[in-house]
Amino acid sequence: MPVADRERAPESGNPIGNWFSSGSRMDVGGSKRRKGSGSEPSRRKSVVAPSRGAAPRKPSRSADGEALKLAFTFPSDYAKAHTVQKQILDAAEKRGFGGESFFALRIALEEGLVNAIKHGNRLDREKLVRVAAKVTRARAEITVEDEGAGFERHTVPDPTANQNLHRCSGRGILLIEAYMSEVKWDHGGRRLRMVRENRG
Amino acid sequence: MADSTPPLSVSQLKDVRIVEFTNNRILDEANIAEIGQTLATLIEERSGVKLCLDFAAVDHLSSAALGMLINANNKIRESNGQLRLTNIKPQILEVFKITRLDKLFKIFPTRAEALASFNP
Repeated sequence: MPVADRERAPESGNPIGNWFSSGSRMDVGGSKRRKGSGSEPSRRKSVVAPSRGAAPRKPSRSADGEALKLAFTFPSDYAKAHTVQKQILDAAEKRGFGGESFFALRIALEEGLVNAIKHGNRLDREKLVRVAAKVTRARAEITVEDEGAGFERHTVPDPTANQNLHRCSGRGILLIEAYMSEVKWDHGGRRLRMVRENRG
Repeated sequence: MADSTPPLSVSQLKDVRIVEFTNNRILDEANIAEIGQTLATLIEERSGVKLCLDFAAVDHLSSAALGMLINANNKIRESNGQLRLTNIKPQILEVFKITRLDKLFKIFPTRAEALASFNP
């Protein structure tokens, strides 16, 4: 199924099924390189609107006037990821996230984005990262999707095991799962869905 | 975004190198790499180095930063040195506990306690 269709189709049990079509979509740079690129898979063109160099659109609100919805598509680049992270955290702050909940959201976003860029897309700037966020006063729901090979969650070694404590990597998933209220990996591990309740 | 301020401030107290973080967030890849390189230089200066890392300014860190600290710890162990961590804020200390790295590192509430813990 083409990515655009997949994103539009609400899924059973998916609290954020159609964010990409209902929220504000932002192309955080990088789409210029794809313009006119005949070798690009057509599904990318259907997802990323051509950049006009304009500032990101104002986040949209849902019908209840409470939720802030954001969507981003960007190449595998840490600087762009930090821009996305900041905009989502700003939205969370506006919706009253603070203290432990804000800290949790920040660390999970950092780890989720780095995972997608570094371990998912393996720093390949030709591969995109898609992020969607829906923030209310009660909770923040976020998806991060990469274009990598995916992974099986159960195959990731437990970094808290004694024999792994000296290893320098492999703690990002642990931190996401520790700090978020709900975490789910789907699409073969290429898409992370996570929710954090706002407990102030 | 990279900051022009060095991410670490290093001073000496007797035979202990005191390293203070100057940024409140240890996140950026380049920033982490620079910190790791500075620590590696201090560790390689001589065997048996005594390092005290002061986290007083740190409000946030990432798993990549933890990896850099583990790498420094491994290097120090190889060179018969000693590493102490101190002044870690409760939220950051929780990260160490979740990852069980509070079992790997020697962590002390205050700098005075950390300095007193070094073996001669």
